[in-house]
Amino acid sequence: MPIMTVREALRDAMAEEMRQDSKVFVMGEEVAQYQGAYKVTQGLLEEFGPSRVVDTPITEYGFAGVGVGAAFKGLKPIVEFMTFNFSMQAIDHIINSAAKTLYMSGGQMTCPIVFRGPNGVASRVGAQHSQCFASWYSHCPGIKVVAPYSAADAKGLLKSAIRDPNPVVFLENELMYGRSFDVPDEKDFIVPIGKAAVLKEGSDATVVAFSLPVGKALEAADALQQEGVSVEVIDLRTIRPLDIETILTSVRKTNRLVTVEEGWPQSGVGAEIAAQVMEQAFDFLDAPVERVTGKDVPLPYAGNLERLAIPQVDDIMNAIRKVTYR
Amino acid sequence: MTKVLHEKFRGQTKEQLLKLYYDMLLIRRLEEKSGQLYGMGKIAGFCHLYIGQEAVVTGVQTFVKEGDSIITGYRDHGHMLACGMDAKGVLAELMGRMDGLSKGKGGSMHMFSREKGFYGGHGIVGAQASLGAGLALAHQYANDGGMVFAYFGDGAANQGQVYEAYNMASLWKLPVLYIIENNQYSMGTAVNRHSCTKNFYTRGQGFNIPGALVNGMDLFDVQAATEKAVNHIRSGMGPYILEFETYRYKGHSMSDPGKYRTKDEVESYRLNNDPLSNCERDLLDHKICTEDDLKAIEKEVKDLLKEAIDFCDASPEPGEHELYTDVLIEG
Repeated sequence: MPIMTVREALRDAMAEEMRQDSKVFVMGEEVAQYQGAYKVTQGLLEEFGPSRVVDTPITEYGFAGVGVGAAFKGLKPIVEFMTFNFSMQAIDHIINSAAKTLYMSGGQMTCPIVFRGPNGVASRVGAQHSQCFASWYSHCPGIKVVAPYSAADAKGLLKSAIRDPNPVVFLENELMYGRSFDVPDEKDFIVPIGKAAVLKEGSDATVVAFSLPVGKALEAADALQQEGVSVEVIDLRTIRPLDIETILTSVRKTNRLVTVEEGWPQSGVGAEIAAQVMEQAFDFLDAPVERVTGKDVPLPYAGNLERLAIPQVDDIMNAIRKVTYR
Repeated sequence: MTKVLHEKFRGQTKEQLLKLYYDMLLIRRLEEKSGQLYGMGKIAGFCHLYIGQEAVVTGVQTFVKEGDSIITGYRDHGHMLACGMDAKGVLAELMGRMDGLSKGKGGSMHMFSREKGFYGGHGIVGAQASLGAGLALAHQYANDGGMVFAYFGDGAANQGQVYEAYNMASLWKLPVLYIIENNQYSMGTAVNRHSCTKNFYTRGQGFNIPGALVNGMDLFDVQAATEKAVNHIRSGMGPYILEFETYRYKGHSMSDPGKYRTKDEVESYRLNNDPLSNCERDLLDHKICTEDDLKAIEKEVKDLLKEAIDFCDASPEPGEHELYTDVLIEG
């Protein structure tokens, strides 16, 4: 199986879909001549030309609206946000225009659009550039929210997102772009939206994570294996629709659950999973659900404080020890 | 069909001119009826009436060609009728019925018609400026020769995204006409209290977008200005801004106390500068039609609305299963 970076996998996903469907185009800040602020769109301008790889001014609200309008008319835009922090300027169009219009039109107005870009904490870039928006977007009906970890999932899920007739928020992670993974060499490799993946089977506790923290969860599980604790690791991959069945199946087996996310604790993805597990598998729980989250502060700049503010492998290990009473 | 010679009528036939009058009257009467139905509790929520502004959309829509796209804000009933959308479907939606254009799930501010090229009906002030630029991008991308008519008001003209859209529309030479319906009030705040400058049509200058100020109470002035703007856009020269000075007789919405203006001000528009009266006078003075012709149109509109309301009364509320449909496209 060939090895490629998440960055290359995302680029290939876009290129393959653009080759197949002339209605697919990409727009955003620095996506064309600069080749992408994080080089995710490298080479696309050369292959597809400026009408399909469109550099926009730095006007997130406006260009998100332009993308949604184009999608109403039947095009399939991929709108890149340089980071999802800037999508707060555009969240009105993502929610009010893209997510709600199918319903408000009685099913008439479709909006096949992908909003993608790096999400969550990068490295030492401070509070305004370091936030996880998974819980924000997954709160809302009318959109799908995807957050892959591996390069294979990044490629397969982005292709699914581009083909999806609904608006999709596709959350990437800057620190993952350079990481390499095996990616299947199949001609039309697709990963369906809405399906979590059990990355490691275990019997003593379940850890649910998405995006970069999946790697930390796997590290924690491996370390605890040495201590004789068997941890099951689930990569959510999609936040909405949430694959609660995969989580419930695991919890019914392990009877213990830890959730991990970089976002803040209140109204977070972990809070939602804990609530649904309580509602549907209360009798299977042998310990309260533990949430490992970003600390409830704007992200600090100083290296030591930043480390404290985001979930670390040790935090996940401690949470697993807690739910297994070790 | 004989063409009418006077230059203000731009060579339109008697039939075409009477159709314009019919379109304006249908908007006026449907909106009056909506107000009554609101008072009777048959329409609820927000309901923004277009009475007083009929000449704008009627005149502008004369220049829409098949395949063009239209988008507007929340004061949208007139635009839907002018796009040829069914009055029954509009009224049924206002009444929250299954036969409404959005199955009763959108309401006054949210109706659409892919068939007629009408892309809403948007409740977020100014959203249609960016969305309209996006529709125009799609026309340009497909190279289909179509253009966009994006309507917004003087209130929306202060929204930041309008200027983001102007920038991109001009930068990329998008085929979009921005139509500013300046009805003098942003909800209850008069233009001189919400804008540091008036003349919204000049606000495209910094973006190299030409603009013009037009009397929006005169159907034929609206047509003359729109023709020029549309020719500019269809020749590939990019966006254009038309600001129409108009006036809304009714409140911002049905719950408007109207404390911010005098009754005399409203009456003076009604008596001296009403778009329907202006059109009637033009048609009669130039002997294009007779009083009887106009009365026949009045009866036609009245009958149509009576039939529409009977239809809406008979239409059921959406089934409870509709609560969960149309959230996502499945499969």
